[in-house]
Amino acid sequence: MKLTVWTYEGPPHVGAMRVATGMKGLHYVLHAPQGDTYADLLFTMIERRDHRPPVTYTTFQARDLGSDTAGLFKKACQDAYDRFQPEAIIVGASCTAELIQDDPGGLAETMGLPVPVIPLELPSYQRKENFGADETFLQIVRHLAKPMPKTERVSCNIIGPTALGFRHRDDVQEITNLLYELGIEVNVTAPMGATPTGIARMGQAHFNVLLYPETGEQAARYCEKTFDQPYTKVIPIGAGATHDFIAEIRALSGSKAEIDTDRLRQSWWSRSVDSTYLTGKRVFIFGDGTHVQTAARIARDEMGFEVAGIGCYNREFARPVRALAKEYGLEALITDDYLEVERAIEELQPEMILGTQMERHIGKRLGIPCAVISAPVHVQDFPARYSPQMGFEGANVIFDTWIHPLVMGLEEHLLHMFREDFEFNDAAGPSHHGGHAPKPAEAHSNEAPAPQTQTAQSGEVIWLDQAERELKKIPFFVRGKARRNTESFAAEKGLHEISIDTLYEAKAHFAR
Amino acid sequence: MNDQFTPPPTPGCRNAPILKQRGQREVFCGLTGIIWLHRKIQDAFFLVVGSRTCAHLLQSAAGVMIFAEPRFGTAILEESDLAGLNDAHAELDKTVEQLLARRPDIRQLFLVGSCPSEVIKLDLSRAAERLTQQFAPAVRVLEYSGSGIETTFTQGEDACLAAMVPVLPASDARELLVVGALPDVVEDQMLALLDGLGVGPVRVLPARSIDAEVGIGPNTVYALTQPFLTETHAALERRGAQHLAAPFPFGDEGTTAWLQTIADAFGVSAETFAEVTDAPRRRARAAIAQASAPLNDKSVFFFPDSQLEVPLARFLTRECGMSAVEVGMPYIHDAIHGPDLDLLPEGPQISEGQDVDLQLDRCRDARPDLTVCGLGLANPLEAEGLSTKWAIELVFTPVHFYEQAGDLASLFARPLRRKAILKHEGVAAE
Repeated sequence: MKLTVWTYEGPPHVGAMRVATGMKGLHYVLHAPQGDTYADLLFTMIERRDHRPPVTYTTFQARDLGSDTAGLFKKACQDAYDRFQPEAIIVGASCTAELIQDDPGGLAETMGLPVPVIPLELPSYQRKENFGADETFLQIVRHLAKPMPKTERVSCNIIGPTALGFRHRDDVQEITNLLYELGIEVNVTAPMGATPTGIARMGQAHFNVLLYPETGEQAARYCEKTFDQPYTKVIPIGAGATHDFIAEIRALSGSKAEIDTDRLRQSWWSRSVDSTYLTGKRVFIFGDGTHVQTAARIARDEMGFEVAGIGCYNREFARPVRALAKEYGLEALITDDYLEVERAIEELQPEMILGTQMERHIGKRLGIPCAVISAPVHVQDFPARYSPQMGFEGANVIFDTWIHPLVMGLEEHLLHMFREDFEFNDAAGPSHHGGHAPKPAEAHSNEAPAPQTQTAQSGEVIWLDQAERELKKIPFFVRGKARRNTESFAAEKGLHEISIDTLYEAKAHFAR
Repeated sequence: MNDQFTPPPTPGCRNAPILKQRGQREVFCGLTGIIWLHRKIQDAFFLVVGSRTCAHLLQSAAGVMIFAEPRFGTAILEESDLAGLNDAHAELDKTVEQLLARRPDIRQLFLVGSCPSEVIKLDLSRAAERLTQQFAPAVRVLEYSGSGIETTFTQGEDACLAAMVPVLPASDARELLVVGALPDVVEDQMLALLDGLGVGPVRVLPARSIDAEVGIGPNTVYALTQPFLTETHAALERRGAQHLAAPFPFGDEGTTAWLQTIADAFGVSAETFAEVTDAPRRRARAAIAQASAPLNDKSVFFFPDSQLEVPLARFLTRECGMSAVEVGMPYIHDAIHGPDLDLLPEGPQISEGQDVDLQLDRCRDARPDLTVCGLGLANPLEAEGLSTKWAIELVFTPVHFYEQAGDLASLFARPLRRKAILKHEGVAAE
């Protein structure tokens, strides 16, 4: 038993729903009690879909348990086929139905439906949403894709995008265009937008472009083995990664077509003098493994940030994220408990968080700006405008998104110079944020410090009044760092009190 | 002022034939109630014993990411818990110990059963007894089921309150108990009205904290403020308390009838009643008249969801000039819904339970001006050109009693007003 207040990933059948809802002509018959229909609203509300997800829930009740839940399943399955006439059906069980062991796959097989029926085994008590999507897509490919002669022109499949994915809609468009520029045709994009008939033709492609390992890696591996299709390993998020991705595509396809990089504004934006203030900002990165790995590279190599902490919530990616963290001289935080993430952030006091919607909330509480880089998604992650993360336009979007929560260049200096201006002070937050600026959480800085400094710090470091007052003159977005540096400086020197002098000695000590 | 109401219809819908269908439902399970109950009962923690799906439902249905420090959580069953029930009990004890150590302010702990915990027959009543002994008197541990195989949406609150009834102390006082979780501001308004009538002291269930709880007994008279409290109603009857059957306090008519029933039981004079209710009634009527203009002569179709459907259909048809096409309820209980069904004019199809695909067919055929449905159906129906009102908003918004009557009408009017305001995309304004 694990006490959980909030969870980064849903159960595995929600992953299967993301695959089914992304596709067309596929129907999912899910053996489940009535409450499980809540999952529909993830798609109709968060993603604003104008159709119900193609899912039929058998809706068994307590009184059915002693009698014929299997009969109920078969009826629901038949009704769903008759009403929706799908090209293929996937069948499976949610957590409760898994316990009653009706074997939906076996039952559906005996019904003699005239379309392929694909059984899913998604262990609800061991695995989670991403696994559910990955496994479902693998099973669909295994059952439907057939070996075929390759297309005459070089072509590829795009693998991994699903419904309810973080910016999948726009990433697919961006990468499709990029491949087109390289002279490569997209054979099938799947699961999002694909039909079962389309999946059957996947074997025609020369290679696969894997955009989201979380939801497509198993299928990519299967295709590599079965159809002799190599797949791309670089995820094209960020300018550098996009260039590497293009190189990888060229190697796989032999394409020599020129790519127009004029639209990549990010690299000049980052070199322009206004961006100087980004230098060395300490960022904490948390999200799904893939987005975290790409974000770390952008943060360090393309924005000039310092990566202060890094981690992911999906254990499947623990190994590569740990390896990457090591490269950055850090220890990765692998957890799906947001309270642990919150503690890590509180302790590190980064100047910025790159995280999920949960870290955005944590940031709000701690007064630390945050940009969202990864699922789990929220209605805000489905903007009306074109807003990819991948490719050159994705790099531009990321630059804008990441600097938006920050106080900008000269404004930062002005805040330093005139700290006590009654209108233009750090408590007012960045001037481009209007009334919803993140509050610097005075409650935290006023109440928390005293006990924190006296108890949490080893060696009982106490802030003297004057030093405490001086600390408050430092703008909120660097105050956490200043406090931390000063305390560790004092601890290092064996000091028990922090005076104004200690504060400035520490400042000199850590000067860069 | 009663003469200003439209006389009760003859016949109403109480004896109308009910369409009962069985198929896929599109409703939440009873766990959802935790989202408002944990805010209402301020010293309680709700621990769902269930799966990742339960945890995901709670965070998704609320439409919020997280409250500052939510007083609910899920003990997620893992593979090892399914293997042996004794181990599951030991695990549960451990989880509760951890939880209570972290939250010493918690005085009441609800163990909430889920679909998986019920299917594996994890006996939470045994666990609650054991844990009560362990943590008494600091913490009281109760259990109820919010599972989707037993309960729909608002039935979770019913199960929770029903679980509290047997442990309330006995009392012989003739007192009014008002049952149902209301927003604090609405509860205060209600208490002020009842105080004005001289009915007091008035007790409420659920109380905001365990210390505010009161005794019940054969002299207790109770009124329900929510139409989904059937189990609580039965539990109170078992304790000998007497039910005041009345229409539910939505709109001017419902509120007045509800208060009148209580006034009659407590011998309040007609003068006092008029004195207390005249002014708020006038305000309510004025507000309804203004807010309901877009609703006049429009039709409404209710999918079964919050269990508020019958009283709301009564309000919309009798006070807002709408006509009802279909009124779907998850379940119908005559003792509780009868008074509202009596007032609902004949005509609409009354339905109980659901086969969502068949009901969608009926809805598309009828093309009502307004469809009241769950979040899973709203956008798809809007995309088909049907205006919708999310049913969940009716549970999360203050809508009871006089001062909210206008707000209640505008909740329904807003989708229609919005549709009228927006110019169609790509079409030049003319």
